[in-house]
Amino acid sequence: MVHDNEQLEFQAQELLARYKGRPLTNKERLAIPVQDMPTQKADERVLNMSEVALGYTEAQVQVESFRCLQCANAPCVKGCPVRIDIPRFIAKAAEGDYAASVAVIKESSMLPSICGRVCPQESQCQEFCTVGRSLKTVDKAVSIGRIERYVADWESVHGQRSIPEIAAPTGYKVGVVGSGPASMTAAADLRRAGHEVVMFEALHKAGGVLVYGIPEFRLPKRIVQDELDTLLSMGVHIERNFLVGRTAKLSDLMEREGFDALFIGSGAGLPKFLDIEGENLIGVFSANEYLTRSNLMKAYDRNKAGTPLYGSHKVAVFGGGNVAMDAARTARRLGAEEVSIIYRRTEDEMPARKEEVGHAKEEGVRFLYLHAPTRILGDEKGRVAKVELISCVLGEPDASGRRSPVEIPGSEALHEFDTVIVAIGNASNPLIEKTTKGLDVNRRGNIIVDEETCATSMKGVYAGGDIVLGAATVILAMGQGRKAAKAMNEYLATLGEDG
Amino acid sequence: MFKILAKEKLSPEVFRMVLLAPNIARERKAGQFIILQQGGDYSERIPLTIADADSDAGSITIIFQAVGETTHQLATLEPGESIANVLGPLGQPTHIEKYGKVVCVGGGVGVAPMHPIAQAMKKAGNEVKIIMGARNKSLIVMEKEMAAIADELIICTDDGSYGRKSLVTEPLKELCETWKPDLVVAIGPPIMMKFCTATTRPFNVPTMVSLNTIMIDGTGMCGGCRVSINGKVKFVCVDGPEFDAFAVDWDNLMMRLGTYKPQEQDAHHKCHVGLQIKEGEA
Repeated sequence: MVHDNEQLEFQAQELLARYKGRPLTNKERLAIPVQDMPTQKADERVLNMSEVALGYTEAQVQVESFRCLQCANAPCVKGCPVRIDIPRFIAKAAEGDYAASVAVIKESSMLPSICGRVCPQESQCQEFCTVGRSLKTVDKAVSIGRIERYVADWESVHGQRSIPEIAAPTGYKVGVVGSGPASMTAAADLRRAGHEVVMFEALHKAGGVLVYGIPEFRLPKRIVQDELDTLLSMGVHIERNFLVGRTAKLSDLMEREGFDALFIGSGAGLPKFLDIEGENLIGVFSANEYLTRSNLMKAYDRNKAGTPLYGSHKVAVFGGGNVAMDAARTARRLGAEEVSIIYRRTEDEMPARKEEVGHAKEEGVRFLYLHAPTRILGDEKGRVAKVELISCVLGEPDASGRRSPVEIPGSEALHEFDTVIVAIGNASNPLIEKTTKGLDVNRRGNIIVDEETCATSMKGVYAGGDIVLGAATVILAMGQGRKAAKAMNEYLATLGEDG
Repeated sequence: MFKILAKEKLSPEVFRMVLLAPNIARERKAGQFIILQQGGDYSERIPLTIADADSDAGSITIIFQAVGETTHQLATLEPGESIANVLGPLGQPTHIEKYGKVVCVGGGVGVAPMHPIAQAMKKAGNEVKIIMGARNKSLIVMEKEMAAIADELIICTDDGSYGRKSLVTEPLKELCETWKPDLVVAIGPPIMMKFCTATTRPFNVPTMVSLNTIMIDGTGMCGGCRVSINGKVKFVCVDGPEFDAFAVDWDNLMMRLGTYKPQEQDAHHKCHVGLQIKEGEA
């Protein structure tokens, strides 16, 4: 869908005039059309790195909020991993009380400006929305995420960003390993309880996957920096260039450096490859490398950046998740004329957010469904020249509930590409586990934790986010960070009783 | 911030720097490396080897050759100034034990990472012979330090301007024939390590190499450093940097090192102008 942003605003103003200031029947609410997100035009945005989705206008956010039926049983809340009181924050937004609205969200979620942008709402809160159910498609559910984003952004522009109150010093020192969404949430909640909090980040910039992985055009780095600045002003200390497991072992932090408890939120930072012929050719990248070069190292700014970029014209991206979309859309912006997503199943099974798939299509990314790569062929210099793809059909549902692809023998065909980006997921980084005795992990290397408390097998050590869940979502990571911090606060309180 | 405590120009293009980095100095073991970034949004991250460390003083020594944009900029920094970001120690430490007779081969600035390894091998009770090679005399570094460790030190230059006029593989072959080492450790340019491997293979002498590849984060996250070891994909930053030389796919390694050649050549010329390195000097 291509929209004229002015037209969207005009429509919203009309609807607002019609409905504002009077009680609405459910029938009237259901008749209000979904407010589409204003965006940068596709042909313009592929030439820049700026945010694609521009955010609702005030008229739009009110009209969209009018669509909410304020269901007493609030099915949307059950779809939210951190159980935000969605009807209540939408009611406040409908009243135009954005400060109150964002305050409701912040009771449950630390990072609304981030989650409003990157949560897969259509498979969480919006999936259960009564409006969407009544209108027979999740596409017509109340745009909860867009309203969330509006009120969160409103706060950072208009409101005094409130620094949470910090309890009196407890004398306990807590370490947080990693600085992504799980760690940021845990750090905030731990600091609020009055503990000294030190966050350890291996890279030269904090923010984890929000900074190295998710591109500027989907999540502006300024927003992540705002959240980190809040942590700093709360008194959280961020120690960069510190790789726990190498710069100091986990046990050193506990025994030598005097940490009373630790939270591990080190993420799923080990890219998976397909293990097919040609994967070590020049021009084959993990999505992590491709995105890190562009995002963290700012290689898209070719005149200033020291980190080089590979010159690509025809790019194949393997995978159908958000990371694959990010890589494909980054490749378009870095000048690749032809970018194709290669996915084994069909669009229905693709795990990426619907909005990202839609944006990718608008930006000219091609989608080759029901195809799987079998080998990569190079030229005489070892650079990618062709990719062999085999056609698939959908078979029986697999363990994940998705119908699994079945390859059609003999259907292999060669396709010309000069670059391959592998975006088929990440495994957990084994460094902490390998350098820590007594920390239990499962077969896949994920740290095993108690579901209720996020406690690991080591006393005083908790974990959450992708290092526990495998590659998951920002909101789930945040939820675990919050859960762990609560349990850690309780644990630290018991230390006081002992001592 | 990591303060530069000392700096020395070893040749027109090779520099030694001592950095204040207490955490790294305490933890580092032979064979490990660092990643350095000079701050700001735009500087690249580069892996560098640790040549020495003093855990009491909290300092590490790096030796680097100004070959790329970042190393050239690094070379312009002076003691008292700081480097914004230094991460380490990274990679698996060298497996040190008493093998018996060990030959260490260091090519060019590959002598720098060899220094702590040779030191540790000697300390573990091995007899250690060291072969150092470079294009010419001015590129021979750490001779004094290596001489202090070695039971025998053999120096070769390509042009004969110092020591023996030969490649390192000549004395290596002779030692394999006459001294019969139990282990060879080779660190240097990939082409040198490849030929050292070809030299020791017929003698069946276990041979270990330390690889230096393209790398961004150094923690296993990007996979840019992947190499083929016995046909299996390994990451130099977390599985290495040391590998069994006979298992390395050298041609693939050298090929992958050329990924950004067109972009690098462009940048290199600009750097030389900035450092006032004359044509032919490096």
